[in-house]
Amino acid sequence: MAHAVEVQDLTVAYRDKPVLWDVDLQVPSGVLTAIVGPNGAGKTTLIKAILGLIKPAAGQVLLFGKPYNRHTSHVGYVPQRGSVDWDFPTNVLDVTLMGLYGRLGWVRRAGRVERDIAMQALRQVGMHTFANRQISQLSGGQQQRVFLARALVQDADVYFMDEPLQGVDATTELTVIGLLRELRSSGKTVIAVHHDLQTVTSYFDEVMLLNVRRIASGPVGDVFTEDNLRLTYGGRVAFVQAPQ
Amino acid sequence: MDLISTLFSDYTLRTVALGTALLGLVSGALGSFAVLRRQSLIGDAISHAALPGIGLAFLITGSKFPLILMVGAALTGWMATAAVMTITTNSRIKYDSALGLALSVFFGLGLVILTFIQKLPNAQQAGLDAFLFGQAASLIVSDVVTMAGLGSLVLLMVLLLWKEFKLLAFDPEFARTLFLPVRALDLVLTTLLVIAIVIGLQTVGVVLMSAMIVAPAAAARQWTNRLGIMVLLSMSIGAVAGVSGALMSTGALSLPTGPTIVLCATLIVVISMMVAPARGLLWRKLRRWARHRQLRQEAVLLDLFALASQHEDLFHPHNEAVIAIMHSRQASVRKPLRALAERGWVISDGLALWSLTQGGVEECQRLMREMSA
Repeated sequence: MAHAVEVQDLTVAYRDKPVLWDVDLQVPSGVLTAIVGPNGAGKTTLIKAILGLIKPAAGQVLLFGKPYNRHTSHVGYVPQRGSVDWDFPTNVLDVTLMGLYGRLGWVRRAGRVERDIAMQALRQVGMHTFANRQISQLSGGQQQRVFLARALVQDADVYFMDEPLQGVDATTELTVIGLLRELRSSGKTVIAVHHDLQTVTSYFDEVMLLNVRRIASGPVGDVFTEDNLRLTYGGRVAFVQAPQ
Repeated sequence: MDLISTLFSDYTLRTVALGTALLGLVSGALGSFAVLRRQSLIGDAISHAALPGIGLAFLITGSKFPLILMVGAALTGWMATAAVMTITTNSRIKYDSALGLALSVFFGLGLVILTFIQKLPNAQQAGLDAFLFGQAASLIVSDVVTMAGLGSLVLLMVLLLWKEFKLLAFDPEFARTLFLPVRALDLVLTTLLVIAIVIGLQTVGVVLMSAMIVAPAAAARQWTNRLGIMVLLSMSIGAVAGVSGALMSTGALSLPTGPTIVLCATLIVVISMMVAPARGLLWRKLRRWARHRQLRQEAVLLDLFALASQHEDLFHPHNEAVIAIMHSRQASVRKPLRALAERGWVISDGLALWSLTQGGVEECQRLMREMSA
């Protein structure tokens, strides 16, 4: 069976500086994959390049064996929380509904069916009681959960999440991890940028170590080793936890 | 009252009022999106860059027909935004510098063309310089009809592409993962903004038109947290500012129209910033003041509790002066003590001695629990 995500020879450069250099990645279907690496390693760039938000200098991306476009497969996207203006005049339900705008088609507005789908997603992330809350009044963890709900309604096969656990409270972290596991058990694939080295082994099945180049990728048990982490972080990392 | 009755009887005045109301409605709607996308300044570049277009359209066609001048204005206005985009994506020059550059170059060119036109031996050219600061009195029915046609087109497009424009303003990258044609939508929205600006140029003038894009939207944002309401409110504010400014300028004083309209819009912005609930400065000040007063009362209450704890009896009275010394700010503690007495938490002997009540002790315990939690 084809990989959920296959990246071949991906190179991305800003001006003359390579941000990603000749990166290959295969992610099997139905697993939780972490992308790990130091700041400036190109983690966000990798996700954006896969999603076509950044034009790569070279390389290609296949989702389920086919080039990624509107007809082949649906993706869900959870961007970094700080990527939008949370003072925008809108509420939680409305942001969640945005995940359905592609499917709604032109001119049509969200109706009761769409509202039900959005409320169901908000319930999954424990935010249904906040549906009418102004988004500027949300905590960081709540903002993150709204973005997750918006990705859920995209009803995707593959979800890309950029630091879904960055700066969130303990409750949100548990909700997010529970949700990721739910997604996995229904056969979805999740690729998430992750910062906390301590939790990589307990939260994820596969890991990709990235620092402009791919250092290593594969099952956490094989790849998440002290040697590989040294290679990724340049030997300065105080090692946190022995892989099991 | 007098003004309103003239408004309905005086034909010219009615035309002017209709025209300015229209321009206010349209610029208010498109301005909301410009402000939310943090592109307030692009309006300034577009309106200034429209001037050479107006001049060129007149030079080429020899006509002052509004639609022809508007097409010229829209073309160069649009070219200026394209220039800004090209500069920012292909060089290290930042967005604001590129804007400033485009604005001054196009405006300079416009002034040169306008001066050239005025030197032509042709009586036709008179009135083109009104485009600098605008002249509502020059509006005639055919102008208003053109404005109404273009304006309805713009508003209809906003209505049809409502959810797409909303997402474009809030999170354009996410929109691309839904395969929405973000670049095309951006192009359409920018074009609508150009048309909205061009509609107002004859009345408000190229120099100040951008204020009609920013001011109504900024004022409307103060009052609501919903995009739909914000846009409707911004449209209304634009219309009110437009009509009142235009009427004032065509009155006995014969002030320049553009500046008068902009001053009206600014007045609404200032009022909104002051008194709008939730966001208004006045309410924020009031809330902060109330909170401050409450904190002060709590501090005094806890001080009294600390003093009383030195004694066997928690209800032991203390002198106001002692409490004042305890209180870190050393300001008068009489007011907070009186407020506390009103709530039944302290009681006075009628002179200067104050003691806690049972309710006061309970309140102190509650506060301390809250603080340690």
